[in-house]
Amino acid sequence: MAAVTLLETESLSRRFGGLTAVDGVDFRLEEGEIRALIGPNGAGKTTFVGLISGRIRPSAGRIIFAGEDVTALPAHRRVGRGIAYTFQITSVFARMTALDNVRLAAQRRMARRFRGPDPERLEAAARDALARVGLAERADEPAGTLSYGHQRLLEVAMGLGMAPRLLILDEPTQGLSDEEIAAFVDLVRDIARDATVLLIEHNMRVVMDLARRITVLERGRILAEGTPADIRRNDAVQRAYLGG
Amino acid sequence: MITRVLDRAALLHVAVLALLFVLQFVLPDYHHVNLARVMVLASFAAGYNIVFGYAGMLSLGHAMFFGAGLYTAGLLAQYAGAGAAAGFTLAVVAGALFAALVGLLALRTTGVSFMIVTLMFAQAAYLAIHYFGDYTRSDEGFVVPGATRRLFGLALIDPATRYFAALALFAATVAVCYAVARSAFGRVLAAIRENEERTRMLGYDVFGYKLAALALSGAVSAAAGAAYAMLFGYVGAGLASIQYSIYPLLWVLMGGAATVLGPFLGTLAMFYLVDIASGFTSAYLLFVGLALIALVLFFPKGVLGALRERALPWLP
Amino acid sequence: MEGAVGAAVLALTALGLSLVFGVMRVVNVAHGEFFMLGAVIAWWVTDLLGIHPALGFLAAIAVAPAMVGIVAGLAERLVLRRLGYDPEATIVATIGLLYVIQQAALSTFGPDARPVQPPVDFRIQLPWFGWSGYKLLVVAAAAALLLGVWWVLARTRVGLMMRATQLDAETARAFAIPVDRVYGGVFAFGAMLAALGAVLVVPIQQAHYLMGHDPLLLSFIVVIIGGLGSLRGTVLAAVVIGMSDGIISVFFSPTLAKILATLLVAMVLVVRPTGLFGTRAA
Repeated sequence: MAAVTLLETESLSRRFGGLTAVDGVDFRLEEGEIRALIGPNGAGKTTFVGLISGRIRPSAGRIIFAGEDVTALPAHRRVGRGIAYTFQITSVFARMTALDNVRLAAQRRMARRFRGPDPERLEAAARDALARVGLAERADEPAGTLSYGHQRLLEVAMGLGMAPRLLILDEPTQGLSDEEIAAFVDLVRDIARDATVLLIEHNMRVVMDLARRITVLERGRILAEGTPADIRRNDAVQRAYLGG
Repeated sequence: MITRVLDRAALLHVAVLALLFVLQFVLPDYHHVNLARVMVLASFAAGYNIVFGYAGMLSLGHAMFFGAGLYTAGLLAQYAGAGAAAGFTLAVVAGALFAALVGLLALRTTGVSFMIVTLMFAQAAYLAIHYFGDYTRSDEGFVVPGATRRLFGLALIDPATRYFAALALFAATVAVCYAVARSAFGRVLAAIRENEERTRMLGYDVFGYKLAALALSGAVSAAAGAAYAMLFGYVGAGLASIQYSIYPLLWVLMGGAATVLGPFLGTLAMFYLVDIASGFTSAYLLFVGLALIALVLFFPKGVLGALRERALPWLP
Repeated sequence: MEGAVGAAVLALTALGLSLVFGVMRVVNVAHGEFFMLGAVIAWWVTDLLGIHPALGFLAAIAVAPAMVGIVAGLAERLVLRRLGYDPEATIVATIGLLYVIQQAALSTFGPDARPVQPPVDFRIQLPWFGWSGYKLLVVAAAAALLLGVWWVLARTRVGLMMRATQLDAETARAFAIPVDRVYGGVFAFGAMLAALGAVLVVPIQQAHYLMGHDPLLLSFIVVIIGGLGSLRGTVLAAVVIGMSDGIISVFFSPTLAKILATLLVAMVLVVRPTGLFGTRAA
């Protein structure tokens, strides 16, 4: 089975004044992977995925998604191409119900020409996404009243609602209990059957558990890349994390 | 369950319109013309509400769209003898185009900057009216020729016709706002209002949506302006001054932003408040000021907004 | 000379607005009304005392800014603080404040323009042209005041507190700086600067209840073009705009000049990617 390259970056860089957050990164992601992106704080992970999702414009380099150069494409168009991003700091529509949140995520791709989407199919799709993350019973609660862990799950549900090809999860398990994390790992494996997952994580257990391959970022550059076993053995990575 | 709720809301709005229709037969002359005026101004407020209430953008320049409609209809009548139908249609188009043009520039900013940019554009438009004072007669204004104030053969000077025309405009505006509130388009606007960045990352062209909202708002505001010129027969720069950017904000805040009937309620209340106040002082704008402060401090949701929150969540 | 006086007064007034923008991050649409209030109170004081113009003027210069400061302080306390300085709500509230102050002046002061006697009345007559002594005094006084404000901001503890609050209110709080009181003080101080400018200029112009409109617009233009919270930028922009106002009127009609200035301000905001608040935007 040939591996299809879903996402590729060439010499991708981003500078903020004097600071180079992302420094000439050549990155390749295969379709169907679960890839973890790790690195110490300030390594440039969130900036990197910000460049991929289109929230931040690059200073240099190219981004190629599914064979198409999307570097100049604005964020909302990239979402249309199939890149979905869940926020590091939970960003849901607090005053809308959980169901409405996911409905909004699904509404755009389900819109028919000059009309809105079929309301029944839209609701079904939204409820389905909520069920997959385990929030089915909370569909009618205002998103702002959900617990932190549930809001994180809602974010994932919204990502699912978009039926993306690439789902980028930015520190999704932060603030979750152990139980919630375990459920989350199962969820991601389930998601990975239909979509490619790029995961920024600090929780090493989750990373080792889920990721097929790991990319380590440090000071804006790729320090190492490989299977979990490779990374565990890698001295440079140990040093970067433990300092010295 | 959903269909029952929809019925309830729709019924309410139809009932309000029906009530307004009936009132014209029972009101004394003074209130008769007042209510006609209120309905036209409420249409303006409703136009403003699309941008302020539903999309969450605080514009301080809507007087320029009202003025665009006012002067398009008025000048066409004065210099080209155009009747109400032609003036009105062209005014709506002009309003939409003008709003789109302004939006292309102004929508690159948000928040406070957006407020100031819209304020500045409106000021420039107001000054332009003075600059072309030879045609517009600036503050003094001009009376719209009676011969042009006819719609489908009926004279708009006639109180009954005038009332009915105002009601027709208002009903159309209510229909448009109702449709926006219930549609996918309206839901996206609400999302933009709540969390713009998130909406963008859900794949929506936020700039495009805001532009569409502004163009629609401009069209409705201009429609109200044209109606004002044709129904009440007077065009003057005062109607395009900063005050007419502040008024719709006040009316919408009072009645309830992001509600369909809120703008009407606010316009009605403020109209009569000012009416009564100017009976005993020339400084009636003082009450406008106090009302604004009180609203923003204690009552930011307005009457219908608070009602919706406490008791009637199905109110569009 | 007209240009210099205009620039001097504008610099004072705009600086008040700029400080409020800068430290509190709010737009005070009623700023022009504080200006007007200063002029009106000055007339009232000189009228009430009815003594020699110079003494009356000195009394006015002391009383008017003080009273305006109190009004501003009250407004800040009762309204702005309750709103949490939310930018949009503040603008709506200050619009309301504008109407309240303006109409209150209308109902007490009346709709007419009333003159105030200048305190000194001499001319410096040089071979080529003469200058009104008072106008020179205005420019000198304004310059002195501006220097004074700069000194307070740059060299005193109070100024340090203001600058710290401007940079980062949260951190300032952590350093036990009474941010709420700083805000109240800055708002009052900004209003007082406008009132001072008005008192200086009212013997040349006249006091009128609508006289706040133009200074407000001009101050806006100055602050947006000169850069927020920057004393130097404000003064520079005020000088340029104050002086050019006269020159432009020679070539264009005043209305057209105003149109161009208004559009310029809008375009500055549209084009500058950082908008109003300098380094804060992403």
